[in-house]
Amino acid sequence: MKTAMRDRDENNSTEAALELNAVSKTFTSGKRIIQALDGISARISLGCITGLIGSDGAGKTTLMRLAAGLLLTDSGQMKVLGRDVATEALAIQAMLGYMPQRFGLYEDLSVQENLDLYADLQGLPLAERPSRYAELMHMTGLATFTRRLAGQLSGGMKQKLGLACTLVRSPQLLLLDEPTVGVDPVSRRELWAIIERQVESTQMSVLLSTAYLDEAERCAEVLLLHEGKLLSQGPPAEFSNRLKGRTYSLSATGLTKRELQRRLSRAPGVLDALIQGEHVRLVMTNHEPPDVKHMLLGIEGVELSAVPPRFEDSFVEMLGINTPKYPVSDSHTSVKPITGGAAIEVQDLTRCFGKFVAVDSVSFNVGRGEVFGLLGANGAGKTTTFRMLCGLLPVSSGRASVAGVDLHQAAATARARIGYMSQRFSLYGQFSVIQNLRFFGSAYGLNGVHRQSRIDWALQEFGLASEVDSNSDALSLGYRQRLSMACALLHEPEILFLDEPTSGVDPLARREFWRRINTLAEQGVTVLVTTHFMEEAEYCDRLAIMAAGRILVLGSPAEIKTKAQTVSQPTPTLEDAFIRLIQPSTELQA
Amino acid sequence: MLYRIIALIRKEFLALFKDKKTRVVLVVPPLIQLLVFGYAATFDLNHVPFAVYNEDSSSASRELIAHFESSPNSQKTTDISDSREIQPLIDAREVMLVIHISPQFKRKLVLGEPAPVQVIVDGRNSNTASIVLNYTRSIVTDFNLQWAQQHGRASPPVYLQSRAWFNDNLQSRWFLVPGIVGLLTLLVTMLVTAMSVAREREQGTFDQLLVTPLRPIEILIGKAIPGFIIGLFEATLIILIAVFWFEIPLRGELLMLYSGVFLFLLSAIGVGLMISSLAATQQQALLGAFLFLVPAIILSGFATPIENMPDAVQTLTYINPLRYFMVVLRGVFLEGMPFELLMPQLWPMALIGVTCLFLAGWLFRHRMV
Amino acid sequence: MTRGGSTMRLRALVRKEFLQILRDPSSIAIAFVMPIVLLLLFGYGVSLDAKNVPVALVIDQPSADTASFSSAFYATDYFKPITLRNMQHAEIALLAGEVDGIVHLRADFGRDLRHAGGAPVQVIVNGVNANTGRLVLGYVNGVWSTWLQHQAEMRGGTLDVPVQVEQRVWFNSELRSRNFLVPGLIAIIMTLIGALLTALVVAREWERGTFEALMVTPVSITELMLGKMIPYFVLGTGSMLLSVVMALYLFDVPLRGSFWVLWLGSSLFLLVALGMGMLISTVTKNQFLAAQVAIIVTFLPAFLLSGFIFEIASMPTVVQIITHIIPARYFVALLQTLFLAGDVWSVILPNALALLLMAIVFFVLVWRKSRKRLE
Repeated sequence: MKTAMRDRDENNSTEAALELNAVSKTFTSGKRIIQALDGISARISLGCITGLIGSDGAGKTTLMRLAAGLLLTDSGQMKVLGRDVATEALAIQAMLGYMPQRFGLYEDLSVQENLDLYADLQGLPLAERPSRYAELMHMTGLATFTRRLAGQLSGGMKQKLGLACTLVRSPQLLLLDEPTVGVDPVSRRELWAIIERQVESTQMSVLLSTAYLDEAERCAEVLLLHEGKLLSQGPPAEFSNRLKGRTYSLSATGLTKRELQRRLSRAPGVLDALIQGEHVRLVMTNHEPPDVKHMLLGIEGVELSAVPPRFEDSFVEMLGINTPKYPVSDSHTSVKPITGGAAIEVQDLTRCFGKFVAVDSVSFNVGRGEVFGLLGANGAGKTTTFRMLCGLLPVSSGRASVAGVDLHQAAATARARIGYMSQRFSLYGQFSVIQNLRFFGSAYGLNGVHRQSRIDWALQEFGLASEVDSNSDALSLGYRQRLSMACALLHEPEILFLDEPTSGVDPLARREFWRRINTLAEQGVTVLVTTHFMEEAEYCDRLAIMAAGRILVLGSPAEIKTKAQTVSQPTPTLEDAFIRLIQPSTELQA
Repeated sequence: MLYRIIALIRKEFLALFKDKKTRVVLVVPPLIQLLVFGYAATFDLNHVPFAVYNEDSSSASRELIAHFESSPNSQKTTDISDSREIQPLIDAREVMLVIHISPQFKRKLVLGEPAPVQVIVDGRNSNTASIVLNYTRSIVTDFNLQWAQQHGRASPPVYLQSRAWFNDNLQSRWFLVPGIVGLLTLLVTMLVTAMSVAREREQGTFDQLLVTPLRPIEILIGKAIPGFIIGLFEATLIILIAVFWFEIPLRGELLMLYSGVFLFLLSAIGVGLMISSLAATQQQALLGAFLFLVPAIILSGFATPIENMPDAVQTLTYINPLRYFMVVLRGVFLEGMPFELLMPQLWPMALIGVTCLFLAGWLFRHRMV
Repeated sequence: MTRGGSTMRLRALVRKEFLQILRDPSSIAIAFVMPIVLLLLFGYGVSLDAKNVPVALVIDQPSADTASFSSAFYATDYFKPITLRNMQHAEIALLAGEVDGIVHLRADFGRDLRHAGGAPVQVIVNGVNANTGRLVLGYVNGVWSTWLQHQAEMRGGTLDVPVQVEQRVWFNSELRSRNFLVPGLIAIIMTLIGALLTALVVAREWERGTFEALMVTPVSITELMLGKMIPYFVLGTGSMLLSVVMALYLFDVPLRGSFWVLWLGSSLFLLVALGMGMLISTVTKNQFLAAQVAIIVTFLPAFLLSGFIFEIASMPTVVQIITHIIPARYFVALLQTLFLAGDVWSVILPNALALLLMAIVFFVLVWRKSRKRLE
């Protein structure tokens, strides 16, 4: 493993897609100076996909913007395709494709009009257009939607259209800034297929940043950034090989998977313990095999097997040491038991927007203390269902009751028993951490000593004490997510609604987050969650996969995997299962 | 419930005043506007530039001109000696008025025949022109009376004794500055309230509020009271400046004035919150507020009397809360209106306010997302 | 980068902008609805000319003389008189705003009339609205002198008035306020489109991140700027034409100057307004702030400090100096002259020159502020 490739490549005169030489960049935000990039030197090769990995605030977006000529370096030199960015920005931009995190699609223009605009701006000759358009539309599966306004596309389709616009005139270097955030697994696979095909057929170079570590494994090479510094660079296999012989899979019949994970994660020598279906995946700090007998004294049916390491294991190992870990204590809440019946009951729930049926007679029940996952492609009706259950959207027909009460009947008392955490950060950004906590505490009717004790609990539990007076906007994504969760838990709710709670959050923060959810569930809190991360779906007791407003399958992760078994794929992952189950219906929709 | 509402109000103030830019936007522009517009908005004419074309160089004609020169409203800029000079002077707006005295002026005057004086006025701004004509007439009337006395001529059988009540010198600032109090109070209140729900919707915090046990009525009160306090503060500040800086007389009772302010704020907040809960984005809220504000100001009687409007438009003004507030402001400031006379202005504002607030509260939860 | 590529890019940007305007209800509201609402309000709704002013005629003791005097008030359409017998009633009516003035003929009106001193007529106006008050006094004065004239003629003589005013009002002989309000409104409407709308749409592109994607294409900053300006220039010109057509055919405002000079002047002003709009949005990059700034520095001054309603010459010197940096001031002067007076070059040239200068200043500023970078 080389911390810098520069030494090796200095004599190598072949052109690189991107060359950074001691590049630094700082920003000032208020009185604070943020060192976004700190003396980075790297070389990105031509004709392959290079991944840019790192937690929030690692400097990924800044690096992309510098390469696109949208920002200037403070010091150091940056060359794109052999040209200096500082002096030849316009010439570089003619050879470059760049897709920012929120791609600038004009939402009030149609798919075709967006494409035309970028074709004109990129100077694609008229004669070449019909064939290029046909190719792109076929590739992205947008051919039938050319007249639809971009604003009315689902999240996945928007990303694909954004990619099509950047690819309209095949660029020599393609910069993609987290192109798959908030995109469902099916669309994610399709996006990757498009990118890989482009690289193969045109020898395009691609630099792609991502928070999905399974995507890192598909890259030819990976750059690992952390707090503005380049930690490491190399092929992904090189990363995972370091952990060879340190990864295991373990199951025990005598314990629930959550209890098992909790015990294991606190055992000595264990670096990481992760729920995977009915198993727990273990990463050890060294090559000593886990002392299972000692760890799980008196537990029956323990099975241990060695498994190959993944990129993610190495990521956790490298960054886990660098980021302070906050202990997740067990002392959470004292939940009052729900009086009778299931926590959530949904019967023939339907919601129409005009003629469009967003949710079509959906029925399911969630028991107390259950973690229930709602999966589905973008636009399948998950969020609509969710909003109806939280009382944010009136129900067209059918019945939904939460904690035994119909939430939309203005039952303020019922709302006092639920906690809600939305897709994007939705606390008061200009307030400090403590101000947000105080406000939401009062909004939930806590006061006086009780409120103060809950706030103290939240600050300590979520490791927010050091940030008490920081503005919420200035927090990193991981901290913001902790704060959102803290606010949702202040009043000790019985039911927790989590709408894509970890979208865009880095893997470490995600782990910590799920550890909390598991503890809560153990204590009897009911959790309803939507997610696009299939590894997160593994944590759920039961899952419902939705498509086109209906529930396709309902069952435990293991049951769902069984349903998707085929001869060619006897042990499908949850993602494989999801894609197999959802594919026919999406094709039907198209 | 009270406790939760207090928390909401504190939150609202924090949201408004934590940001330095918002603090500045709420206080500084209204003050500058009050000062600039307090001085700029006037229908009074001072130093109207005029030219004299005197073809009769007699003592009588000079005396008439002296009457014009001594008036504070007008100021002689040029003497001309050729009728061809008149047109370019007026065309280029160098003078607003030309006084033409014909050669026989003195002769006719002495003979007792009517001696004509021709005045030519620039009519491009019709309002200015009518005022200039009025000034001219009253100057000439003064001259006539004086001449009649001095030369023993019969005075007219009937003469006018004119008085203007409430505003002896007919200063239009006395009329317009109380109007600006209403205008700026409306502007600030609308800005605070119209954006408030829309901003929370856009940032997602409104959903977060709706899932708490807070009832719509509590959220509504929590949104209305900060707007109310800010509006009250702003109105008080502007009233103080109007009284102490512009020296507008405050003849009525403060209690009357503040009951007007109170009900007007109620209606303004109602309209603001209604616009805000209808809008999905801040831009829509802003445009909605703008689309309301402009007609509301034009149709309030602020600068142009409502009685001059066509009947259909007059009917339209009945749904404009500013219309009523203008009457209250001017009535209390200048006329010292008693409560009975203010009543017809007060209840419509209360009605508009309550209706709009009710609709806003309903829209919080029932607006289709 | 050939010239052909440049026109293609520019055309694409302009086309995009037009499509967006047509699909965004809020753009349509500012660009089309607002101008028409303003034109109708000002054309029909707002008037400074008082007609049918309600006045109370208080006649203590009716006689042939008082009847003759009061009939003069009934004869003119400036007044809508009501006759009362009691001064107290009249005063209450004035306080309640039912009448704007009181004309009081005392009990000894008939007797005094025939005496040397003459009979006094007490006139009280409500001075709250100073402007209306003054107009009412002027009207009463007019009625009174007509009556005197009439009386003198009835007695077979002429009225003994030493000096008689012969008034001539140029350009707007009927003194219709519509004739100066409607042309001035064009300045307001063009400020609305040129400055407010442009500031909003440019700020929106910054907010939504669409500029970030545009900037990485081979588009140059000049093309980006032109791509924004051309559509709103066309839109502004369109609204100017609409206003002119409505002014001429709906509101019967005369256009005495040349249409082409009007066109040229409007184009110059539109450039200034666009320059202001672009500058505001480039500096703020945020819709909320851009709208605030645009309303405070462009829209309100165009309304109040341009001479549109309030005469600049009557403002205090300091405020008069401030009006010199308000572009609308020059344009309002141009508009009122072109519509009502004609092609008066002594007005057109200096004002047009001032607009040209301001346009240049704003574009230099915008140019220096705009970078193809995010910083």
